[in-house]
Amino acid sequence: MRILRRTLIFGLCAAALVSTISCKKPAADGSATEATEIAIGHYASMTGSTAHFGQDTDRGVRLAIEEANARGGVLGKKLKLVTLDTRGDSAEAANAVNRLIDVEKVSAVLGEVASSLSLAGGRVAQRRKIPMISPTSTNPKVTEVGDYIFRVCFIDPFQGKVMATFARQNLKFDKVAILKDVKNDYSIGLADAFRKSFSALGGTIVVEQSYSQGDTDFSAQVTAIRGTQAQAVFVPGYYSEVGTIARTADRLGLKVPLLGGDGWDSPDLFKIGGDAINGSYFSDHFAPDVATEKSKAFVANFTKKYGQAPTGLGALGYEAALVLIDSIKRAGKNDPAAIRDAIAATKDFEGVTGKITIDAQRNPQKSAVVLKVEGGKAKFETSIAP
Amino acid sequence: MTQFLQQLINGLSLGSIYALIALGYTMVYGILKLINFAHGEVFMVGAYTGFYAAGFLGVADFEAQNHSFPLYLALLVLIIAMAAAALLGMTIEFLAYRPVRSAPRLTPLITAIGVSLFLQNAGMLLFSPNPQRYPAILSEVRFAVFGVIVTNIKLTIFAVALCLMFGLHLFVQKTWTGRAMRALSFNIDAAKLMGIDTNQVIRVTFAIGSALAAAGGILFGLDQITINPLMGVLTGLKAFVAAVLGGIGSIPGAVVGGLLIGLAEQLTAGYLSPEYRDAITFLILILILLLKPEGLLGVVRVEKV
Repeated sequence: MRILRRTLIFGLCAAALVSTISCKKPAADGSATEATEIAIGHYASMTGSTAHFGQDTDRGVRLAIEEANARGGVLGKKLKLVTLDTRGDSAEAANAVNRLIDVEKVSAVLGEVASSLSLAGGRVAQRRKIPMISPTSTNPKVTEVGDYIFRVCFIDPFQGKVMATFARQNLKFDKVAILKDVKNDYSIGLADAFRKSFSALGGTIVVEQSYSQGDTDFSAQVTAIRGTQAQAVFVPGYYSEVGTIARTADRLGLKVPLLGGDGWDSPDLFKIGGDAINGSYFSDHFAPDVATEKSKAFVANFTKKYGQAPTGLGALGYEAALVLIDSIKRAGKNDPAAIRDAIAATKDFEGVTGKITIDAQRNPQKSAVVLKVEGGKAKFETSIAP
Repeated sequence: MTQFLQQLINGLSLGSIYALIALGYTMVYGILKLINFAHGEVFMVGAYTGFYAAGFLGVADFEAQNHSFPLYLALLVLIIAMAAAALLGMTIEFLAYRPVRSAPRLTPLITAIGVSLFLQNAGMLLFSPNPQRYPAILSEVRFAVFGVIVTNIKLTIFAVALCLMFGLHLFVQKTWTGRAMRALSFNIDAAKLMGIDTNQVIRVTFAIGSALAAAGGILFGLDQITINPLMGVLTGLKAFVAAVLGGIGSIPGAVVGGLLIGLAEQLTAGYLSPEYRDAITFLILILILLLKPEGLLGVVRVEKV
């Protein structure tokens, strides 16, 4: 009994000691951060079924931060990037933003790619009054969360309109089928906008089919679409499912082009889709094969650092970080509220995906490109202005 | 009509894969009264073993040159995957189920869920969480019969599934080990008293069930184009429902259940809405448990005291 008590007292002392040490440590770190660094958070799906989105975006963000630091940082301080993984899960996204604010003491947050995750993370950022810029979330609701939430990409209604215009006016189609992901706000948003614009332009949606993210069998939907006169199928989903859908369509003899949005933008689309995805079109933010001075430099630096050309997501990650760095400079101090005001005042900022002016809804005004898939690559087809 | 036949063909090929997996559930349940929740993950590991074995045997070169992968190599891939899964099944049985075999029935059930979660996450770590395109182990040949598109892959799925199921039937009915399995499913203690090496028989049961799941995994990869480390979760659950529908513990029941679930899912997706495709499976589960808990081909056994 006595031995037990002694062990217990010893254990308690040890625990107390450990906790004082571990309590002290972050405080010391925190004050050091205050003096020499500005912490910026990035939350992204680094693993999971949309892992490519997070990884590509993070590469762009990282490149922008490293370049800024190489030029001597911002306001005389170095920028410190902290990336947390959301695993493609919205509860995890909210956790990540909380942790970035509480533990990492960030002044601003970048992220997420998927709209449903940006909504979850954005609610936290808004409540804590930390400005957030989403590089690529195109659902309109994201910036409606509040006045601290911004983005540097166009929004879903615009992207759906672009593809509807392209299908009706460039490809001269009048019958198109829709195959959307009902578990995904992004996909539903694009499908709604496409339906509205395509009908307004005199086209007909012959059939509307759906699937759920994570499904692997699409033969029922493809078979149903095959029974109609559709000249194309609008599939506003993500790359892994789109690749599989293209192959299923090819296998079941549905030989029409697929149309889609920026969710297609990943090298895995070509790996999974193979030859079946050739001849399809998707709208995107950025075409690496047509470039301005600034975007040429970006593509060259990105390729040098990572050994592969950037996707649209990489470009937007870079863009979001550039806008944020520029805004911190204009704010003149490391203060979330001042940075927010500076982001809101962004005007004619020359980025890699075009000129950016943030409007009153905290969305940028810019045009979209349409890319065509050919031989395992996406090539510039046309550009469509707002 | 063409469309209906096409949906039927799609449903039957999906159903044969469910049937192959359901056999593993039903065999283990028949003998140990244990629902082996890790079975879906054995199916996943089988698919990945096939994926890597095909890569090792140079499937990419054949694809690049537009040559078809030789049939003997395809069979080798199938055998490697089945052997690896059999080994995994036996290991799981030895490490996770044998130590708790005499514990109350809830204990091995929870262990099974633990093994399942462990394998899912290990799979994400080892194989990367990104979906992978399944290599063209069989190069695709399509033919249209009255507008219905049938591929050699779908035909192979039926053929392989039927051969394996028939083989299993012969094994269970005609061999000594098969007879021992049936003895164990009647009464494990009595079987032991009759001099049957129960550990050996249980090991063989796990090996066979897992090998069939691996075959299902490869067929699934060929049919569904991509595989990922979480593919076993929903597919495993549906195969489990198939086993319950057919009557858990009954081998012909698992086959019938698998085909029915595949058809129900495909027809629901085609004619009702794809959003209900998963729901219909579980609706069937609820209905069968309420109306005929012993399943379509199951037998009611009187509990003797």
